[in-house]
Amino acid sequence: MSSQTVVVVGSSVGGVRAAQALRREGFAGRIVLVGEESAEPYDKPPLSKQYLAGEWALDRLALLTPEATAAADLELRLGVAAVRLDVAASQVVLADGTTLDYDHVVIATGATARPSPWHAGSGVHVIRTLADVDGLRADLAAGGPVVVVGGGVIGAEAAATIRTLGHEVVMVDPLATPLARLVGPEVGRPLEELHRRRGVDTRFGVGVEGIDGSAGNLTVRLTDGAVLSAATVLVGIGAVPNDAWLADSGLLIDNGVVCDRYCRAVDSDRVWAVGDVARWQDPRYPAEVRVEHWTNAVEQGAAVAHNIVHADDLQPYSPLEYVWSDQYDWKLQIVGHAARGGRFEVVGDLSVDPAKGAVLYSDDDGLLTGVVAVNWPKPLVTGRRALNAGAADFEEFVAQMRALFAKVSAPAAP
Amino acid sequence: MKVQIDSKLCQGHGRCYDLAPDLFGEDDEGYATLTALTADGNVPEGREGDTRLAAANCPESAVLVFEEALK
Repeated sequence: MSSQTVVVVGSSVGGVRAAQALRREGFAGRIVLVGEESAEPYDKPPLSKQYLAGEWALDRLALLTPEATAAADLELRLGVAAVRLDVAASQVVLADGTTLDYDHVVIATGATARPSPWHAGSGVHVIRTLADVDGLRADLAAGGPVVVVGGGVIGAEAAATIRTLGHEVVMVDPLATPLARLVGPEVGRPLEELHRRRGVDTRFGVGVEGIDGSAGNLTVRLTDGAVLSAATVLVGIGAVPNDAWLADSGLLIDNGVVCDRYCRAVDSDRVWAVGDVARWQDPRYPAEVRVEHWTNAVEQGAAVAHNIVHADDLQPYSPLEYVWSDQYDWKLQIVGHAARGGRFEVVGDLSVDPAKGAVLYSDDDGLLTGVVAVNWPKPLVTGRRALNAGAADFEEFVAQMRALFAKVSAPAAP
Repeated sequence: MKVQIDSKLCQGHGRCYDLAPDLFGEDDEGYATLTALTADGNVPEGREGDTRLAAANCPESAVLVFEEALK
């Protein structure tokens, strides 16, 4: 394959790690990494935390060192978006009018923050890119109260960061508790309490009806009739896949690039997708799924690289969901399924400061389905292994975790 | 190639020791450690790819890899 070219479109974590994985798998041809933003490839999780707080400069977010770029022999084309995919001609068309011929193309264009449906004059922000956060920080620097719309990962992390910066913060979400799409109220309630102890005014179970005004002087109207004043508003209400540039490609696009179980577009065996933009047929589920987690982008990049290099050994991609979130001194780690109701057991205590513990989830058959760990990685990694091995007995796992907790929480021997 | 774990950065995601369990280990709480194979900071010959894989999968960039000068 030394005369072949793989074009990777998208320079965030999925694209970068897919490109590096191609080399690890032994691909000897040309690898071109195309990125719309002109900044060197950067990692996104710190955007709502250390970068928003001003603790980390941009260089701490780098996904590639110059040594890593050289080691993987990557050709970077940054600051120019891909605007079209010509599947018949095997060509990626770039915004500057140039084209890249490919033998394989990896689509890793990610997702974009769902735009605010409420249109104020200015001062309403989202978090997805460096430019988004630079704009938010500029408005925050003027001071004043902040309303955060959305209690998901981005909203709750940003609320914690902005509160820690000293702003008055109100967090609003129509769901009952924070991170409600990921974890049940047994985790969400203590997390909401943590926000309240730190001084955030939380309004869960309440929606936003409208936002008026402009930066420094905004009004947020809620569905319960409350009216909030804010200097700045942050809207964190999810993300939509960046697939519009593929609209005329002939590929099946439906909430992402629709792929087979090998993460290969259903209509071309030389088009692959990775990360937030990929909707693939995970063999475990009846319909295609799209996952917006960091580790999924990395693992899917590795899976696609394997399948490109080893066409005679295609591997279906079926990862175990893993996501984490950092809020104040909570390091929250979630593996498997933790929001589907059913049975759960709490080990340790999430309602104390500092919290340390885990919530373990079971299905009706008495098998482990998921783990949420707070400030205690052990149950997470042990649970992940048990879930990967399959059919882990819930009672046994609970007993094992209680024993481990007793060990790490016991006072040190004199 | 040389490798280190930055324990101030490590948050116990466990990616490194799940992907390369002989090169990386875990302490009682689940945070990453080096193993007998890597304790001196040197990556065994032929294991550069696994080390890079672990580094690429670390969400905190806590697996520090030092590539030798390219020959």
